Amino acid sequence: MTAFSRREFLRVTAVAGGLLATITLPGCRTEDGAGASTLDPSLFVRINDDNSITITVAKSEMGQGVRTSLAMLVAEDLDADWSQIKVEQASYHPKYGEMGTGGSGSVRDNWKQMREAGAALRAMLVAAAAKEWEVEPAECRTENSFVIHEGKGRRAHYGSLAAKAASQPVPREVVVKPRAQWTLLGKDKVGVDVADISHGRAGYGLDVRVPGMLYASIERTRVFGGTVKSVDKAAALAVPGVKDVVEIPAVGNGVNIHAGVAVVATNTWAALQGRRALKVEWDTGRRAAESSESYRSFMAAAVEKTGEETVNKRGDPDAVLARASTVFSATFETPFLSHATMEPMNATASVVGDKVEAWSPTQFPDWGAQALAQVLKTAIENVQVHTTLMGGGFGRRINPDFTVEAALVSRQVKQPVKVVWTREDDLRHDFYRPCAMHRIDASLGSDGMPEAWRHRISTPSIDVSYGPKPKAGWGPNEADGSGNMSYRIPHRSCEYTLLDSGVPRGWWRAVSTTHGVFATESMIDELAVAAGKDPVAFRMALIDGYTLPQPPDSDRFAFDPARLKGVLEAAAAKAGWGRTLPPGHGMGVACSFDHLGYAAEVFEVSVRADRLRIHRVVCAADSGPIVNPTGARAQIEGGIIQGLSAALKERITIAGGAVTQGNFDSYSLLRINEAPTVIEAYFVETDTVPTGLGEPSVPPVAPALANAIFNATGKRLRTLPLDIKLA
Amino acid sequence: MKITINGSEHDLDVPSEMPLLWAVRDIAGLTGTKYGCGIGQCGACTVHLDGVPTRSCIVAVGSVGAKKVTTIEGLAAGGQDHPVQQAWQQLNVPQCGYCQAGQLMTAAALLAATPNPSEDAIDRAMSGNLCRCGTYLRIRHAVKLAAEIRAGGAK
Repeated sequence: MTAFSRREFLRVTAVAGGLLATITLPGCRTEDGAGASTLDPSLFVRINDDNSITITVAKSEMGQGVRTSLAMLVAEDLDADWSQIKVEQASYHPKYGEMGTGGSGSVRDNWKQMREAGAALRAMLVAAAAKEWEVEPAECRTENSFVIHEGKGRRAHYGSLAAKAASQPVPREVVVKPRAQWTLLGKDKVGVDVADISHGRAGYGLDVRVPGMLYASIERTRVFGGTVKSVDKAAALAVPGVKDVVEIPAVGNGVNIHAGVAVVATNTWAALQGRRALKVEWDTGRRAAESSESYRSFMAAAVEKTGEETVNKRGDPDAVLARASTVFSATFETPFLSHATMEPMNATASVVGDKVEAWSPTQFPDWGAQALAQVLKTAIENVQVHTTLMGGGFGRRINPDFTVEAALVSRQVKQPVKVVWTREDDLRHDFYRPCAMHRIDASLGSDGMPEAWRHRISTPSIDVSYGPKPKAGWGPNEADGSGNMSYRIPHRSCEYTLLDSGVPRGWWRAVSTTHGVFATESMIDELAVAAGKDPVAFRMALIDGYTLPQPPDSDRFAFDPARLKGVLEAAAAKAGWGRTLPPGHGMGVACSFDHLGYAAEVFEVSVRADRLRIHRVVCAADSGPIVNPTGARAQIEGGIIQGLSAALKERITIAGGAVTQGNFDSYSLLRINEAPTVIEAYFVETDTVPTGLGEPSVPPVAPALANAIFNATGKRLRTLPLDIKLA
Repeated sequence: MKITINGSEHDLDVPSEMPLLWAVRDIAGLTGTKYGCGIGQCGACTVHLDGVPTRSCIVAVGSVGAKKVTTIEGLAAGGQDHPVQQAWQQLNVPQCGYCQAGQLMTAAALLAATPNPSEDAIDRAMSGNLCRCGTYLRIRHAVKLAAEIRAGGAK
């Protein structure tokens, strides 16, 4: 039986015997609210009677390898035997602090705390052994879950010391190992879930089974913002296995649940058949006339004039452009994108009285719990959320909508319910990467380097879907990758105009840089070519510290131009930039700073008879020290494949206020026969706290590819997906 | 209705038009086989029917008859990992892993029919299986490694 049982989940949250280390996570609180000092000592690591060591991971696994990499952080400084590590998934609890998983932040945010947890526990084990052996702790060393005293010839396994170590004081301060002493970090480790996955044992949200559970499928309004006018339940209720038909009202307030009608049955197929028989009449609401064409007209007009918001400005680009002998102008367009996780949205919930328990493939169990409390009008203490493995996330599963929806159905039918989204539901009710239009006007100075750059953007902002207008306006977040691009240009501006749209928007892997970097890195390439300069050398000469007021940057991780230059130089060298290429081949480059990580990519392509082949992709990335190289490379490879899929194939279109596409026959993803022959990933490991790698490899993909196609064909492609067919 | 899954006979109380996928998952309780699209476009639901890779989301359970159903849970015969399972683990292929049951079932069927597939043959055979995480390059390598493991005899 592979499904999660209620008992298994309870075991995850219960702490059985053993010991452990006290660590403080950012945002952690004591439960009495007294301050930020103490935590459950067994929060993240405990040693079991059978010598195994259990590490609890409070971040969600969606394929980025976080259950492996975070466990490695503890195990390194614990000197634990990796083969005896077990990983447990934390259920929602405020004691874990920020559980939300996104923004390539898991390793970054847990780096210090989880390593210190391992170091603290190691010190306690050493102290216990030293006391028993009547030696100084400093004379002991640790290795593979043993404390060793060479002089006395003593060795003790951590398992035999755990009970005694538990009575040792938790060290106030610990020192983590310097990099030269690492034995685990920086070594390839196969993912902790890979064996289960390879045998069909891994438990995803859709695999949850709880006693007495029913299955539901929800007919949601196709037109965004629509509401139920009337429901004829009779035919649905007549389908064998169908138990009930209940209405789900729309929920706003950032939770964003669509109005719908749920068909509840004894199995998934019966629910789907019941839903097919259901008759619903809809009020389509005020968004029914919106379409991709109406959006495009608005954005095209918006970028022709001064934007509603000035994101930032330096010098006087308007005046310089007005007197320039040549103005280089280009417009870049990108469509709405769906996350299209292979596991469609789903969640299981059980509402009993004012208590709610949910099993959810969620990136943000904490937001899920808060949203459950808010929508069900119950105290957060009455809410349990258990995080399952996710069949992909990419930002979609940040949202609490699918978790809360399951609870709304369960509350009405008074039984546990698993809500299963069909692929069509998933593609038609996503939180889409916004469509965007970028217009850039630029000029070159007498030295052939850029003198002015006026960048106008129009999108439906993501933030509109979640809350009121930020003080700084909608523009700064939407201009990530464009308004904050780091090329030194004396006269620069970035302007933004909001497109009003009923299409829900959300965070799609790498977020706004997915369109912003396409525009900026394509345009800088156009300018390099216009100036007769080498595109790599041109960029190297222009990369500088931020010269403009920026969208929020991190105090801890200020942009470092040397690191961007470092990855650009490394990618160019590894790719053999500048070498003579076979006829019909072309090379293109792009680089970017995304989610605190630096990445540069070089594509080698050929175009014959209008058909594109991608021969080789070289990526150099700098996110600091690498925790698990095989996992890190997987993130680069995956980001490039997903970036290519978007660059070449994906487009959500809107007609009549609704999504046109429905399944993989109309929303195509890149397939294996379309994947590049070679992807090479290299890491420039600047000695700093590591940042994440889930996102930084995505933004350079589309511009590097488009620049390579230009290099091969002389043709600029400025609209995504690129208008070219794969061979 | 009686069907044989992974060598065991199951008596399932289901309408004959229910797709094999949902019968296997919801009724037989074998959740290793995944739902991805319901129209045979993504391959996540791939099982073997008498060894032939089949999209279980578009096959009615009533049409299975005496054919033997093998799911990911039954791929490791006699407690021995199938070469594709060995290769997938060695090369750390899965990311989220959701599509991988289907990938493994398709790859196992490919190797049964074509013990030493060319790169083109691998791409052709695997092109019906989508992976959103982008594990395609590792899948290519793993199929080749599995072919080598298989050729190396029992392991």
